[in-house]
Amino acid sequence: MATHLIKVEVNGEAYERTVPPRLLLSDFLRHELHLTGTHVGCEHGVCGACTVQLDGQGVRSCLLFAVQADGSAIKTVEGLAAGDDLHPLQAAFSAAHALQCGFCTPGFLMTIDSMLDEFATMTEPEIREALSGNICRCTGYQGIVEAVKATVASHSQEGR
Amino acid sequence: MKPPEFDYVAPNSVDDAIKALGSDLEAKVLAGGQSLIPLLAFRLAGPSLLVDLARVDGLDHITDEGDRLVIGAMTRQRRVERDPLVADRCPLLAESLRHVGHPQIRSRGTIGGSVAHADPAAELPGVVLALGGRVHVTGPAGNRTIEAEELFQGFLSTSIADGEILTAVEVPASGPRTGWSVVEVARRPGDYALCGALCQLQLDDSGTVVDAHLGLIGVGDRPMRAHAVEAAVLGGASPSEAAELAPDGLRPGSDVHASSDYRLHLATVTSRRALTQALERAA
Repeated sequence: MATHLIKVEVNGEAYERTVPPRLLLSDFLRHELHLTGTHVGCEHGVCGACTVQLDGQGVRSCLLFAVQADGSAIKTVEGLAAGDDLHPLQAAFSAAHALQCGFCTPGFLMTIDSMLDEFATMTEPEIREALSGNICRCTGYQGIVEAVKATVASHSQEGR
Repeated sequence: MKPPEFDYVAPNSVDDAIKALGSDLEAKVLAGGQSLIPLLAFRLAGPSLLVDLARVDGLDHITDEGDRLVIGAMTRQRRVERDPLVADRCPLLAESLRHVGHPQIRSRGTIGGSVAHADPAAELPGVVLALGGRVHVTGPAGNRTIEAEELFQGFLSTSIADGEILTAVEVPASGPRTGWSVVEVARRPGDYALCGALCQLQLDDSGTVVDAHLGLIGVGDRPMRAHAVEAAVLGGASPSEAAELAPDGLRPGSDVHASSDYRLHLATVTSRRALTQALERAA
């Protein structure tokens, strides 16, 4: 099976790699680029743990072949914090106890970060529905919803 | 959960895509991949070649053709969902998209991919059927259109021939005094519906229903159009009276999620709620 040369930008850094077509973007990030912050849960598009941003949009990296991402800009959870300074969303997760085991957290963070503007106008039931593509088995979601609300509130205050 | 090996091409034109598709009997079209890639992960599909349409020119558009909207097959669901023209001209389509998977799925999923996949519980095939839309396909012999009534042939099965590619989905634009509704019963938001009703009604100046569309999903091997309910509504029946006819001709299967009888019950319930809301919105 022929391999393909792809060029992608991940967290602002350019990479060129030769990949077989069947290599999932999730495995490409973890095994080729050693960016293991992106977690792989169900590997068939149900759990949301592998969510990354492709050209600014939240996508499931297990439902995308690396070869399809050729020419794209990707952001993973490693791209959120500025050095040792947590991203406001990460800080809000910490403050609201929005994680326990942390396995699902990268997927939640990348989903929420991609939709912050939309969350700003959502009611709580709408926030919960928007998050329904990410599964958490520890927290019961309450802390996660609180972290979203806190981030949106401080985000809109900064904008004033 | 790793897909089997396959070759991959990403052509730039419909012609090249058709040539690639014709070069390999086991080739399959890759659109957004949100249904196909899970099938590959489970090894329920094993194509030798994937023809990715993502880089084909001219398949990503939303075009106002006056009395209808033509939407390119590779237009991402998130774009259609958020497009002001679609919200204005085909609100049933816009609202139904909010029920398709999750935002991360809709970022990648395409309108053409979902219609061609023809899942009997999926919203987009149901909307195209309910509204009497059609699809544009191109193959080695040229272009043709397929009416939605002729398109859906059974479980994950359409009348798109081997070697043909769906290039656009066409839906009628809604007229004045039109109301719409999408009502689903699902275990969780974003799950496939146990049963869903997709409804659009149009009133005349006196408030009489002059155009009625009702599609039902999740209750058969393909999306279904509830002709008996539509006729009753056009004949002046109330939503409650008309919805009693929703189970007519349906033979839904039983599975771990719901029994056949429960799905028939839901056909009535979702139809009644959808008709009621569509009437309210049209008034």
